[in-house]
Amino acid sequence: MTDLLRPSRALLPLLFLLLACVPFAAAAAQQPFWTSFFARILIYAIAASALNLALGYGGLVSFGHALFLGVGAYAVALPAFHGIGSGWVHLLFCLAGGAAVALVIGAISLRTSGMAFIMITLAFAQMGYFLLVSLKFYGGDDGLPVAAPSRFGALDLGSAPVLYGVAWAVLLVLTWWMSRLRAAPFGMALRAARQNARRVDAMGLQSRRLQLAAFTLSGTACALAGALLANLNAFVSPSSMSWSVSGELIVMVVLGGIGTVAGPVMGALVFLGLEEGLKGVTEHWMALFGPLIVLMAMFGRRGIVGWIEALEQSRWPARAGAGRGRR
Amino acid sequence: MASLQTTDLVKHFGGLTVTDRVCLDIRPGELHAVIGPNGAGKTTLINQLSGELRSSGGAVRFDGQDVTGWAVHRRARAGLLRSYQITSVFEEFTVLENAALAARAARGHAWRFWRPLLADPTARAAAEEALRATGLEAHAGTPAGELAYGQRRQLELAMALAAQPRFLLLDEPMAGMSVQESAEVTRLLQGLKRRYTILLVEHDMDAVFALADRISVLVYGRLMFTGSPEEIREHPEVRAVYLGEELD
Amino acid sequence: MNLTLLLAQLLNGLQYGVLLFLLAAGLTLVFGIMSFVNLAHGSLYMVGAYAAALAYGAGGSFTLAMLTAMAAALAVGLILETTVVSRLYRRDHLDHVLATFGLVMFFNEAVRIVWGPQPLFVQVPESLVGTVDLLGFGYPLYRFAIIVAGLVVAIGSYLLIHKTRVGMLIRAGAQNPQMVAALGIPIGLLNALLFGVGAMLAGVAGAMAGPVLSVQSGMGDAVLITTLVVIVIGGIGSVTGAFYAALIVGVVDTMGRVYLPLLLRQVADRSVADAAGPALASMSVYLLMALVLALRPQGLFPAHRT
Repeated sequence: MTDLLRPSRALLPLLFLLLACVPFAAAAAQQPFWTSFFARILIYAIAASALNLALGYGGLVSFGHALFLGVGAYAVALPAFHGIGSGWVHLLFCLAGGAAVALVIGAISLRTSGMAFIMITLAFAQMGYFLLVSLKFYGGDDGLPVAAPSRFGALDLGSAPVLYGVAWAVLLVLTWWMSRLRAAPFGMALRAARQNARRVDAMGLQSRRLQLAAFTLSGTACALAGALLANLNAFVSPSSMSWSVSGELIVMVVLGGIGTVAGPVMGALVFLGLEEGLKGVTEHWMALFGPLIVLMAMFGRRGIVGWIEALEQSRWPARAGAGRGRR
Repeated sequence: MASLQTTDLVKHFGGLTVTDRVCLDIRPGELHAVIGPNGAGKTTLINQLSGELRSSGGAVRFDGQDVTGWAVHRRARAGLLRSYQITSVFEEFTVLENAALAARAARGHAWRFWRPLLADPTARAAAEEALRATGLEAHAGTPAGELAYGQRRQLELAMALAAQPRFLLLDEPMAGMSVQESAEVTRLLQGLKRRYTILLVEHDMDAVFALADRISVLVYGRLMFTGSPEEIREHPEVRAVYLGEELD
Repeated sequence: MNLTLLLAQLLNGLQYGVLLFLLAAGLTLVFGIMSFVNLAHGSLYMVGAYAAALAYGAGGSFTLAMLTAMAAALAVGLILETTVVSRLYRRDHLDHVLATFGLVMFFNEAVRIVWGPQPLFVQVPESLVGTVDLLGFGYPLYRFAIIVAGLVVAIGSYLLIHKTRVGMLIRAGAQNPQMVAALGIPIGLLNALLFGVGAMLAGVAGAMAGPVLSVQSGMGDAVLITTLVVIVIGGIGSVTGAFYAALIVGVVDTMGRVYLPLLLRQVADRSVADAAGPALASMSVYLLMALVLALRPQGLFPAHRT
């Protein structure tokens, strides 16, 4: 069985191929809803991949990543409110804002670890939420419509197929980078720090700095997802920063396969697909979803991709490669 | 090869003095063993030397430089490296990856985000050399978590070697090993002598007397005596305290 | 500066603080001893509030409502502990977070199914209507009763933890759980008991908060996060820390919301103050937390863990 045909290796290219077909299928079937639905999946896959960098590779359980989604979203909505529709300005605010917020929060939160870290990231996201709710001028609790979508010259993110294409491309680049990062010195050192931070320091690196860098990169990439989300919904609100969104991102990462490359994409797909499916069954779908999450936490820790890889390893044992599949 | 001196090194834990004005002088290229009964404070001493524990008093000089206030990673970069008594390798990585990371950490930096670690020729060469020295090259592709206990201890050592140290702090490298395995490691360490300055903390007396140029005896945190293996073997107080014989 | 207003707000702050303490006390012990991140604690608070509202609506007796709330929260807490929580003690914190997150989702929706999304109106019990005369002004009797009740619980828990054998076990468990287990203490039972008592306290807080705050699905979420801030400021595992931190947070938050906008109006022009005032006020507690973390990451009164 050649390396390329192993299910775990083929999974990601296959997913991207299928996702690329969606806008065309939607046009043919005259179901524009498909494009926006899958665009949403792509965007959350970007956010989940970003979280995977901090959580999966770095072992940093951040329960406040929805904050970065909000930063990215408002980085589009606020300039738009003031009449600025240039995508470049939005992008600048998004990346700068995301990086700055992540750096500050990361620096403070990483003074602690374990339970305290989780609680503190949660608290900071809540702070961001309350801050935006109290800014009545920008809509507060009611939210703010996005007055002008991001324009990059001829590219107008206000058009669903264009947004889809951009999101697909961003996810592709991000996922490719994550797969390279895994084996690169930074990724290896970060994953080592997750396993044994004390040892990493004793070897001559500074685990705290590595983790802060990872957290900052993670927050910035997540902000990018937020900016895309603002364009998709043409609307932003503080509720996109609520802690339940942070929790949902974590569920996506774990469900897909924490620390794997394909995991976040798979996780976003399955999570949002399941949510949509359950919504069709009952309006009280959360009463079903909640227990499913509990069961996943108790029994399904490897996630879908992790499960595929374990299955594969037992049936076709490979010469152990560069930490392939494992976190 | 570097030298290491401590001057009146002290460590208090609350009211308890664990390291009591220890003065060590380890010469370049020497293999200096530290022995002592359990609870003598040997691991605490190593932690103070590696920088993982902040000393309450005294000074540590590494190759003439005062490193007393230096953090762990800074000392590691200066070439002062340690191995752990309780195996502390990265279980999810392969043997080669463990060694390569150690090599990279000590000599370079980790701020590379694209090309693989194993594509770095310097790190890879140092790692492979270290695996050869410790006899692990056949297991280069094995995840560290799947190694046998003895092999893990060797990986522990390989990681320290891959970093191309100037001084090695070895904390009970033979802990938990069988007689054959200990003999292997003793042979290994014999080969390392003269290439590195080594401070060896060990309980295995055969290994200590076979390898050490000089031996220091640590009792209740205090350095009781330093001498050649013969001197230590014959010293009546050492025999009483450590080897358990009656003092008449 | 209106002195009456100041005193009234100070008392309101104490009242909020006391509620936070009831929530934080149980939670910080669960964090410190079992090392379990319980995000579902807010749901137990919600259970207490709904149970009390139902019981009071049915019977009209405040005492009965309280007891019902305690029993309901205790029951739910014990069920959760034995079925889900106890299986996760040895796992990663990530697993705790995921499981309890799923539980919160379930409880919030379950409440919505039964009572709908609208808030439930709970009136102040008959016996506690009116005001009490304090230092020359009238302060709502009910709020005053909350403060008193909370302080009684605080003193009771202090006596329990520092003067009884069970309390000694709890303190030992906070410092060295493995040792306590090794000494032959039935640690499983102790854990369940601890979790249950924490749940009960949360239920009491919910029952008392009913007439003052709104009783609705999701009411536990925001207060849980504030409780987490209290625990972080006070020090994980420390009930003493939780006490002082809860009072500080309660007062800072309440006074901040009233006085920060006023203060801002003195130094900045009205439009800026009106925009920034509430924003700053809502952030005040988190800024306090950030400050404490910057200076003392282990909290103000850390429990010394071996």
